[in-house]
Amino acid sequence: MSWTEQYDARSCVLLRLGDRRFALAADQVSELVAPSRMFRFAHRTPEIDGVILRRGRVVPVCDVAEKLTGKRLTSRRFYLISARRLGARADWVALPVSGDCELIQADLTPAGPSDSPHVAAWLSHDGEVIEVLNLGALTPGMEPQDGSNGNAVLAEARV
Amino acid sequence: MRFESVHKAPAVRTEQIILFRSSNQIFAISSASVQEVRSVDSLGGAAMEINEPAVPKVRHILRRGERNVYVVNSAAHFGLRPSPAALIFLLRKTRVALLIDGIEKMTTMTRLQALSEAFCHEERVWYRGLTVLDQNVIPVVNPLGFLTDGELLQLDAAAGALIEAEAANAQEMGLTP
Repeated sequence: MSWTEQYDARSCVLLRLGDRRFALAADQVSELVAPSRMFRFAHRTPEIDGVILRRGRVVPVCDVAEKLTGKRLTSRRFYLISARRLGARADWVALPVSGDCELIQADLTPAGPSDSPHVAAWLSHDGEVIEVLNLGALTPGMEPQDGSNGNAVLAEARV
Repeated sequence: MRFESVHKAPAVRTEQIILFRSSNQIFAISSASVQEVRSVDSLGGAAMEINEPAVPKVRHILRRGERNVYVVNSAAHFGLRPSPAALIFLLRKTRVALLIDGIEKMTTMTRLQALSEAFCHEERVWYRGLTVLDQNVIPVVNPLGFLTDGELLQLDAAAGALIEAEAANAQEMGLTP
């Protein structure tokens, strides 16, 4: 791979789901909060566990671990509150994570056509190759914006 | 003599709501969309049974003048466990009556938050949004979201057949409908 195939260095948040690590672009992350009371009400979106209240805003909790690792999280240490872009506005979702999160600076490699839609890019950190997630493809209610691997979503989120 | 202050804080828009229970869950509905609250017992003779397999959440019709009002079981509508219903809300500007377990209280909401786009199935029709009351999140139901136009058509067809059969029955017995 040539250097021209790499994006610029970019801030990402590393998150842990079970024994695997994933990354999200830092500008898609609002805050990391301790699990708080979850409110549940009748609905038909299976990916949503319930909602939490954060700064007066109702935020749906979406456990993406099963999609990414094949297993639901047994322990939820934090909620990573993340923003999905819907045109000019942001729609927030809380992603349960099972360990500490880490803010890093990393060079991103764009996802290829054969990558899953939830992969926006790849990064390498501590000898580990890590998927940078495309929230739009991973959480309900949003179509992947470029229909393939979510690069367009990542590009839009770039500063 | 005192003058009233010229600068008033903008009035907060509020809405009167009724909190009701269905299968141990709390929902809110705008008071303005509820025309009458009746006890299930008081409707005993007035309700006709209907069995339209495509709309299992409706088991009874009320005749209000020339109109059929369909009684929607709220627990069945929301996919909750069946529970003993005690009250019926007759809704305004719709041909729907809602069977509920009971009224929790009447209160006021000051803010209705849109449902996140992450909710992307029937709940988008079921609810107008969410409100926060006493640090609880309560879904505010959409009074027009209980029966679709298609379901109303199916129910109208079934009710029409039912009423015709009843009229024919009454004629056979020498009774006037």
